[in-house]
Amino acid sequence: MSEKPIIELRDVAKSFGTVKALNGINANIREGEFFSLLGPSGCGKTTLLRMIAGFEDPSGGEIVIDGKSMRGIPANRRPTNMVFQSYAIFPHLSVAENVAYGLKRKKLPKTEVTDEVNKALSMVDLSGYGGRAAHELSGGQRQRVALARALVMRPKVVLLDEPLSALDKKLREQMQVELRQLQQSIGITFILVTHDQEEALIMSDRIAVMFEGDIAQIDSPEGLYRHPVSKRVASFIGVMNFLDARTTGQSDAGVSLDIPALGKVTVPASHVPDGLDANSVESVGVRPEMLTILFDERETAEAVAKGVVTSTSYYGDMTYYSVALNETKAPVTLSMRNTAGRSVLPAGSEVRVGWGAESIVLFE
Amino acid sequence: MILNREARQGLTLISPTLVYALLLLAAPLLTVVTFSFWTQDYLDIDTTITLNNYREAWTQPIYRTLIFRSLWVSLIVTLVTVILAFPIAYYLSFHVTRRKALWLFLITIPFWTSYLLRVFLWKVILGYNGVLNSALTGLGIIDEPLTFLLYNVNAVVITLAHAWAPFAILPIFVALEKIDRSLLEAAEDLGDGAVRRFFRVTLPLAMPGVIASTLIVLIPTVGDFVTPRLVGGTDGLMISNMIQIQFGKANNAPLGAALAVSSMVIVSSISLVIFLVGKKFGGRVQ
Repeated sequence: MSEKPIIELRDVAKSFGTVKALNGINANIREGEFFSLLGPSGCGKTTLLRMIAGFEDPSGGEIVIDGKSMRGIPANRRPTNMVFQSYAIFPHLSVAENVAYGLKRKKLPKTEVTDEVNKALSMVDLSGYGGRAAHELSGGQRQRVALARALVMRPKVVLLDEPLSALDKKLREQMQVELRQLQQSIGITFILVTHDQEEALIMSDRIAVMFEGDIAQIDSPEGLYRHPVSKRVASFIGVMNFLDARTTGQSDAGVSLDIPALGKVTVPASHVPDGLDANSVESVGVRPEMLTILFDERETAEAVAKGVVTSTSYYGDMTYYSVALNETKAPVTLSMRNTAGRSVLPAGSEVRVGWGAESIVLFE
Repeated sequence: MILNREARQGLTLISPTLVYALLLLAAPLLTVVTFSFWTQDYLDIDTTITLNNYREAWTQPIYRTLIFRSLWVSLIVTLVTVILAFPIAYYLSFHVTRRKALWLFLITIPFWTSYLLRVFLWKVILGYNGVLNSALTGLGIIDEPLTFLLYNVNAVVITLAHAWAPFAILPIFVALEKIDRSLLEAAEDLGDGAVRRFFRVTLPLAMPGVIASTLIVLIPTVGDFVTPRLVGGTDGLMISNMIQIQFGKANNAPLGAALAVSSMVIVSSISLVIFLVGKKFGGRVQ
């Protein structure tokens, strides 16, 4: 992966009639990275992908692919290939003919086409399936054919429009890993559109979180999860507990806060986002796994708060506890790994909750 | 045979249709086939089984000319109708986004008048002193009325093509509607321009509709006798007119029956060939 942008989005906007779908998107997608557009339905992520592919024209701004402006260049002459949500496998053609579809135009010798098709099919683990008819394939196989058909074109960028949403959970999880490995081994830039935050976290190098036609944050999966820039991003990616807070002081060491539900704390400067106005902090966030129930009386933590269990959800490997903290009764969710010899606490149990300053995320 | 309740229910449900089909389709057909093996003996019918009628039907040049003309005319009508219907169906399916139902409804409007009236209207339009000739003379484009318009094969083709257009439009429209639009985007994404995409994706996937249209137009037009009778003149007569003459004026029902059975066999074979070719071409479309 290099820092060189393969796609530059400059103020890309799109309106459908009076409805604004995208309000001036700016982003650079680096060569060789797995980039995801993540957001709830209607946030404009698919529209953005379709504009990169050339199926929609931007109402404003410019899309640059590999240094060339794509203004006025139709989809069939762009260095991108798409894997459609419905896979769009041609039903009147065999698997091999589907994969060879785009090669026909390149006027390659017949043997070379066959070679390329076989190479692409083996890349997606479908060697020997070339003669099958489209309707003889399962959902996962159709998805692979669609991918092979795109890869065989050797595009600069592969665009994936919710490619896994039609698969069942097991297969989807398997394909997430496979797609990621394939992308890393061939090194082509992938842009994935998804509404599934878990999928985006697992597969991507970087994720753009989109809400209502704007990019809210672009960051690595870890960056997004640990340092969400807004409460909205924080609650879209994983689970986040929000607690009221008030700034009591600010120094080089960090920002001192009074969090009624947990206690007083100084968040180290390294954990304070750049450009955050410390005096305008109104709430903080803390992830469920950053809070721990101290089962043993002798156990200690950086800081400890008291609470009462209000309900539990048992997930097998984990148990999620809802706890009302201190006198404020602020509800938080926390997750504990289930270990041997430890049973789930019943509702009403009084517990000590351990936490730390570095797990606190500040929000304006 | 003991039938269970469900089977009896099923039989009861289909019995009116079954009786109807037996009485009005199977029985007459059987009668015609039987007649074709008999001989007309002045006013009586000689019921000795013979192939003489078929021999006459297949060897006499007049019958051969008529059956070939019928096939030729219906093939041209089919070709013209399907080729004209395709763009209309295509436009309806791909370019009309709102009120598709209204458009379909408008296409059926010509059917609100009787078939006979529509044929007569073409007479008015194409006639010696008809709308077309009057307009062209009035505009000074021609000095004398055109005579190749009416009472020949051209008139038969024009009239039949118009009459059958909606029947050809609808199956093609349905086939086009069923095409997943993302397939067209996929073709474009893989490098095809509009023309290549049409021939590589749209047309093959619309083929079942095209075949259906072809059969729907071809089969009835071979046997049409109203149109050739009214606008065909003497050059435009078709086999069905001869069959009618045999059953009527010529008083030779067995020969008429043999002609009818012969053309039925020919049309069935042609339809079967078209169907099989179509199936082979579009067979993998699921």
